[in-house]
Amino acid sequence: MSILAVLEQRGGEWRRMSWETLAAAQELSRELNLPVHAVILGNGTDAAAADLASKKLDKIYTADHELLREYTPDGYSLALRQLIEQVKPTLALFPHTYQVRDFLPKLATSLNRVAVSDVVSHRVEGGAVVLVRQLFQGKVNADVRFAGDPPFFASLQAGAYRADLVAEGSAPVEEFIPQLLPAEIRSRPQELFRESERAVDLGSAEIIVSVGRGIKEADNLPLVQKLAEVLGAELAASRPICDAGWLPMERQVGSSGQTVAPKMYLAIGISGAIQHLVGMKASKTVVAINKDPNAPIFEVADYGIVGDLFQVVPELTDAIQKAKSS
Amino acid sequence: MKIVVCIKQVPARDSQLRIAAGSKWIEESDLSYEINEPDAYALEEALQLKERQGGEVVVLCAGPARAAQTIREALAKGADRAIHIEEDALDAFDPLSGARLLAAALRAENADLVLTGLQSDDLGYGQTGVIVAELLGLPHATIIMRVELEGAGIKVKRELENGWFQQVEMPLPALLTIQSGINKLRYATLMGIKKAKSKEVKRLTSAELGGAAGSASVTLDRVYLPERTKRTQLFDGPPKEAAAQLVEKLKFEARVL
Repeated sequence: MSILAVLEQRGGEWRRMSWETLAAAQELSRELNLPVHAVILGNGTDAAAADLASKKLDKIYTADHELLREYTPDGYSLALRQLIEQVKPTLALFPHTYQVRDFLPKLATSLNRVAVSDVVSHRVEGGAVVLVRQLFQGKVNADVRFAGDPPFFASLQAGAYRADLVAEGSAPVEEFIPQLLPAEIRSRPQELFRESERAVDLGSAEIIVSVGRGIKEADNLPLVQKLAEVLGAELAASRPICDAGWLPMERQVGSSGQTVAPKMYLAIGISGAIQHLVGMKASKTVVAINKDPNAPIFEVADYGIVGDLFQVVPELTDAIQKAKSS
Repeated sequence: MKIVVCIKQVPARDSQLRIAAGSKWIEESDLSYEINEPDAYALEEALQLKERQGGEVVVLCAGPARAAQTIREALAKGADRAIHIEEDALDAFDPLSGARLLAAALRAENADLVLTGLQSDDLGYGQTGVIVAELLGLPHATIIMRVELEGAGIKVKRELENGWFQQVEMPLPALLTIQSGINKLRYATLMGIKKAKSKEVKRLTSAELGGAAGSASVTLDRVYLPERTKRTQLFDGPPKEAAAQLVEKLKFEARVL
């Protein structure tokens, strides 16, 4: 009976989302009155364990093994399954990273459970945990709860919990030795790489005009280019625009692209799926133009125009030009 | 090479969603439907692999009778045949029980490669592919941006966060979840649409596959529209007026102009 936070590092660097998960685990441990544990997997986990030893935890497990040096879904889910069978946590929490998305469903299935993925918040009702997750790209919320016997599994959306709320303290470290054989690891991962050095650094732009699906066709791009020009802004886009090749990948804002925080971010025809929002929600002023008043982008916008961008953008370009020359 | 592509039919992307009475699901009566976008890229990848290597592309879809339209479109694009698991209450299935249906149908196919989109645009669990792989005992990789055949196995390019990628090699048979943008989608040709009419669509029921709705480990309480937590100043007058009001605010309140 415990809360187990499964934390993630890459190349010895902590993922920020690990601290968010740790904060959530500490919060649930208080609410459910359960001990809170953390586990870190890898090969050479001493430094990571030392970082965790100053946090308020009842125990830290290191799952250290040569076959865990590189992440593989086989290695990680086997090792975690063994740990979970030994430790028997009530609830195991994970950051909803691309790595967790790769192995958590496998791990949960191997224990005949369903992981509740991409959770945005929770509450405790009569001793039971109710988890909130998003459906339809953030347009609808759902309350779900666990049924049957633990262990339960959940992964937490980036930014859903606050990393700065991790409670300090001290924690003992316990070594857990997973039993892994080379033949059990079926995939061979290679070095991480980036496609090319980024020529465009959206991170330093003061104003960004960003365009999404609502623009409909590549031929319509000059409309937003003109607006960007008048504002002296960098042009950016949501993923579908870059996927279609209408703008280069280096202009993509979102979880797989760049993270930006300009003085002003204008989202034109972007509905605001979470993958996009995580890349721009720290912007100081957010302006959204969208025809759907329920689009999630309005959730993070300071100002919005509900309307057809093909009518609104030319008028806005005009009005800004006048405001700047007056 | 035999490739099975798991596809799902979901509400069209620009749908205005309403919550159904009882708050267990959305109102479906007035929606239009389309193929789940990442699944469209998975299908395209399968068709391109077949064009390079030869073989067969089979489409597998679980869904109600209306999903037949999405299946027909996949056949028109070039899939050779299809399997339709007819199930009306798919929203009552959690990711594991839904994946069990797909896995049961896949067992009879002995595919070399199983492809699907990385997540669905409706439920968005992002788990079905990985669960199917585990149920079938296949190695897998997720969020794939390139697939190359290498000897008896494959080499794939995984997308990671913040512009990072990784190559991974694995033996076949295997399962991959495909990321949108991996390729350029094709349109169905007139000839393709004509040919699709005579292609085989095998119909199975979830009962025949031993599947059942509901789940022992997760239950859905209710669905609802999210409450707006941020106070957005909205301008919804005529475009010219709205633009002028916005510029006023940007200049004198936000002071960003």
